[in-house]
Amino acid sequence: MAGTVIPFGPQHPVLPEPLHLNLKIEDEIVISATPAFGYVHRGLEKLADIRDFRQMIQVVERVCGICSMIHALTYCQGLEALMGVEPPPRARFLRVIWSELHRLHSHLLWLGLFADAMGFESLFMQLWKVRERIMDINEATAGNRVILSVNVIGGVRRDLDTGQTGWILSELAEVDKGIKAMGRTILHDYTVQKRTRGKGVLSGKQAMEFGCVGPMLRSCGVAQDMRLLGYAAYCELDFAPVVEQDGDCYARCRVRFAELGQSIDLIRQAIGKLPTGDISVPVKGRPEGEIVARAEQPRGECLYYIKANGGKFLDRLRIRTPTFANIPALTVMLPGIELADVPVVLLSIDPCISCTER
Amino acid sequence: MTITADRIESGELCRAVAALKEQGCRFVTITCVRADSAGAEMLYHFDRELSLSHLRLTVSGDEVPSICGIYAAAFLVENEIQDHFGLCFSGLIPDYRRTLYLQGEDSPPPFRGPSGPAGGQ
Amino acid sequence: MFMIPVVLKNLFSRCATRPYPQSPRQLFVGSRGQLVNDVEKCILCGTCARTCPSQCLTVRRKEGLWEYEPFACVFCGVCVEACPTGSLAQLSQWRPAVRERERVVLKVEVKSQESGVKSEK
Ligand code: SF4
Ligand code: SF4
Repeated sequence: MAGTVIPFGPQHPVLPEPLHLNLKIEDEIVISATPAFGYVHRGLEKLADIRDFRQMIQVVERVCGICSMIHALTYCQGLEALMGVEPPPRARFLRVIWSELHRLHSHLLWLGLFADAMGFESLFMQLWKVRERIMDINEATAGNRVILSVNVIGGVRRDLDTGQTGWILSELAEVDKGIKAMGRTILHDYTVQKRTRGKGVLSGKQAMEFGCVGPMLRSCGVAQDMRLLGYAAYCELDFAPVVEQDGDCYARCRVRFAELGQSIDLIRQAIGKLPTGDISVPVKGRPEGEIVARAEQPRGECLYYIKANGGKFLDRLRIRTPTFANIPALTVMLPGIELADVPVVLLSIDPCISCTER
Repeated sequence: MTITADRIESGELCRAVAALKEQGCRFVTITCVRADSAGAEMLYHFDRELSLSHLRLTVSGDEVPSICGIYAAAFLVENEIQDHFGLCFSGLIPDYRRTLYLQGEDSPPPFRGPSGPAGGQ
Repeated sequence: MFMIPVVLKNLFSRCATRPYPQSPRQLFVGSRGQLVNDVEKCILCGTCARTCPSQCLTVRRKEGLWEYEPFACVFCGVCVEACPTGSLAQLSQWRPAVRERERVVLKVEVKSQESGVKSEK
């Protein structure tokens, strides 16, 4: 059976979203993998032609169904830089709080799906039960569960009062407990180790060459985290990127698990330091010029290129999402592994297809 | 405000990109922008220790040299630009021939033509 | 192995989910629920229709109609913040699931002294 081609996806039990892989197989071992997309392409970049730059905030939030808030944050930060607006300090801290809540729920979602990919249903359910608390915090503070719609150019739309911050902290303590209770299973369970160790190995050099971002890079020893750029209020908070050395699925799992704790810590710090004052500044005028804005999403670096000509509509909006940068690495991670491990390795990059295709 | 980018000609592109790779830059992405006179402008973004550097290439015809021989990861974004702008990258592997998002080579590239509501589809 | 205590605990405790349509959850204060317009306060200025990112609002000044397509609405609340008279509000209740597509058309009577608001293009 030399060189059988197996189509993997677009509909597959482990895939929440449609991604298609053409796997060339020889004796159950993958020889080569070619990704194909186009099932959920919506042309959101093109929509910038007919929606004005303020309405685009709501559009870019819908690029991704998981890290929506950070998309809007990146976009607003880009426009703020173009228009010379400085968001007030309180807004910057609130942005950090919501960003980290997003990272928390995204990583919990991913850990759950990853457990599901290994066939570990009870862990999947338990993690999503913990995640539900974060969704409640999102809804109570921002109004919606996932697409928070809290960013505007020049600040944020919602404020937190002391009652809410206290409640967030007590909920986070529960989340922390829930995560810690799962920690031993995720990191030390025999089944998990057996399915993830040494699978889909990527070296640091390869990861750099293939332009990987986020946890993919950090799991193979490259300490790159866009939060180090110090956007929003990250410059005033204390954290260090989580780095692992092995570059396999297990290392990626460890990175994301450790980032849960890091996010909780960052939210606590941000609430502790939350300054008083306005939450937004009025913004007049229209943007002009071009700029590149970057931010760290749960899946890695996200890049916005904005070109404006002083009109109501943007000239060009280009969104490079983290999964778009991580998918090429699949072409080197998949060859050499068994067909049965493909789902685990594929999920370990935390694919988000709808944001890849926009 | 504009981005400071080194302007290059398409002949020098591969050499410039290879030089950046030598320095240990991570390839971030390529942005293609409509230029005024039917042409297009390409911005190549590279990251090194959290700072970005850019290369700017003005394309007049339809043909652009592909950099996926240097950074293999570029195949995805180059295919995307082929779909969106109807350009053609020489030496692109794998070449999806405009089937990444679109139906194939006879589908009109959506980002061609004038910008603004009038150019929308 | 490490999951067994958790699994056992879950086995003997109450269901963590609820049978949704029969027992809906109370929304939090400030949740962005169903959008309503108070026709008494609306002056048909059209601000909401211009700011709405999903373009699901139509204001017909001549006919005195305010139209809303709930199934195109993304519940972002932008219109609520933009409305100059505060006639729009979001209830803390979701729109129930229905079998047919609905369209909300409200007849608004604008009092004559308020009709001087200019609608900008
Ligand atoms: S913005 Fe308010 S007052 Fe104006 S048309 Fe809309 S609902 Fe009526
Ligand atoms: S909530 Fe948002 S989408 Fe819905 S009508 Fe208002 S502005 Fe439009």
